[in-house]
Amino acid sequence: MKLSVLAERRIIYLVLFVAVALPLLFPIGWKTEVSGYTQMVYDLVENTPENEVVIISFDYDPSTMTELQPMGEAMIEHAFKRKQKIIATALWPMGVQMAEQAFDKVLKDYHDKQRGVDYVNLGYKVGGMVTIQAMGRDLKEVFPTDTRNTPYEEIPLLMNVRRLKDIAWVSSLSSGVPGLKEWMMVARDSYNVPVTGGCTAVSAPGFFPYVNEQQQLTGLLGGLKAASEYESLIGRLGSATTKMDAQSIAHLLILIFIALGNIKVFAAKRRKNK
Amino acid sequence: MKRSLPLFFAFIVGFIVLLSEFIPHSPFNQIVSTLEGWFMIISGFAILLGQISLIRMNTHKIAHRLPNWQYHLAGLISFALMLSFGLLWGMRETPGILGDAPGIQAWLGLKPFDYLFDNAYLPLSATLFSLLAFFIASAAYRAFIIRGLESNLLMITAIIVIIGRTSIGTMFTGWLPENLQFWHFPNLADFIMEYPNTAAQRAILISAGLGIVGSSLRIILGIERSYLGGDK
Repeated sequence: MKLSVLAERRIIYLVLFVAVALPLLFPIGWKTEVSGYTQMVYDLVENTPENEVVIISFDYDPSTMTELQPMGEAMIEHAFKRKQKIIATALWPMGVQMAEQAFDKVLKDYHDKQRGVDYVNLGYKVGGMVTIQAMGRDLKEVFPTDTRNTPYEEIPLLMNVRRLKDIAWVSSLSSGVPGLKEWMMVARDSYNVPVTGGCTAVSAPGFFPYVNEQQQLTGLLGGLKAASEYESLIGRLGSATTKMDAQSIAHLLILIFIALGNIKVFAAKRRKNK
Repeated sequence: MKRSLPLFFAFIVGFIVLLSEFIPHSPFNQIVSTLEGWFMIISGFAILLGQISLIRMNTHKIAHRLPNWQYHLAGLISFALMLSFGLLWGMRETPGILGDAPGIQAWLGLKPFDYLFDNAYLPLSATLFSLLAFFIASAAYRAFIIRGLESNLLMITAIIVIIGRTSIGTMFTGWLPENLQFWHFPNLADFIMEYPNTAAQRAILISAGLGIVGSSLRIILGIERSYLGGDK
């Protein structure tokens, strides 16, 4: 039976839809192994002393939240566990809401954490790399208030934070430009602040060269798998762990489609030769 | 004059910023600091310019009933709604011109902007990106065909990385003894990412870096003028 291209495409879409939906509805609970890159990110947060101030920059929008939001939530939870103070910033306009949602979710388990004391959302600032350069000189100049319009000097968390040098580590959850690369080029290379972060799986290969002996990046969370690895390291059963089942099935299915496509071409060639 | 003045400014500003990297002392650092401030202000205006351009482009298409004008109308209405809700009642803790809208909040559970963001923009945006999975699956079936040595290599590498980057890889070769751990799928995938991928990426990055240096010098020296617009 010869199927039309459209019919084939529809079958592929339907099979993929079912394959992704079923593990989301009925989680399998497959385990993932922790990679060296994820371990480095974990170690950075774990080995930072209590009360240190850190920056988590939400440099993405809802389109990539499936992969990056679980990373944000896991990193916030880990920093809270280690009693570190978090400054949330955003180089993407929608990053502000992403940060708020991540805090809202984690705070359900951390009722004692107070806005302004344990964490603060400084919001979005336009300018990308130039903004980070300006933060290196004076944070208050770039962010005179937080998202609630509280003046910088009235936020207890920021009392002793004047510039990037006062930050223990920076994590950029990035789905493009500006993002992780800009943070690395300025915060790490110019101000020597450890920079780590996460990105979508598709852009991870481009960032691996920066995880080097010079520690331009201290580890990297690449895609949903890394997010689930991080969740397992901090003992959190988050959304990445559940979604990994669906992603694993989808990957397996794509491999099957590749095999079927090759068999089809091979069979067509044989028919032609005969 | 119209062209020489921007060229002159580009040369002066580019030269000062370049010099400040080598001489990070007064007065260069102060000048660069001021220039960075200006850049942030200009970037802010660029957002405004983008919005004006968006409105102009869409209204033109709607007014002239160009193909698919209905979608442009929907886009413009969505833009106007979000902008008005944000300006009037703000978002989350930030109040708008009319305050916090406690009545609407009691009814919707959220401010109108946040309600639309959480229940319309967020799922729509995530859905649009997720559709890629369907296109990738379909493209993999039709285009990922073994034709020669290169495509064979690509196929083998892709299979290892795809399996290695999922939970299935752990299950497939998790039973391997300690001395054969290199052949464990996640380890193989990490090896590919760490060595062949990094080597190729570095080559690309170095080439791109040299290209950026070259094109930046061309702009500073006024050889590259396409950013000024126009035909010449």
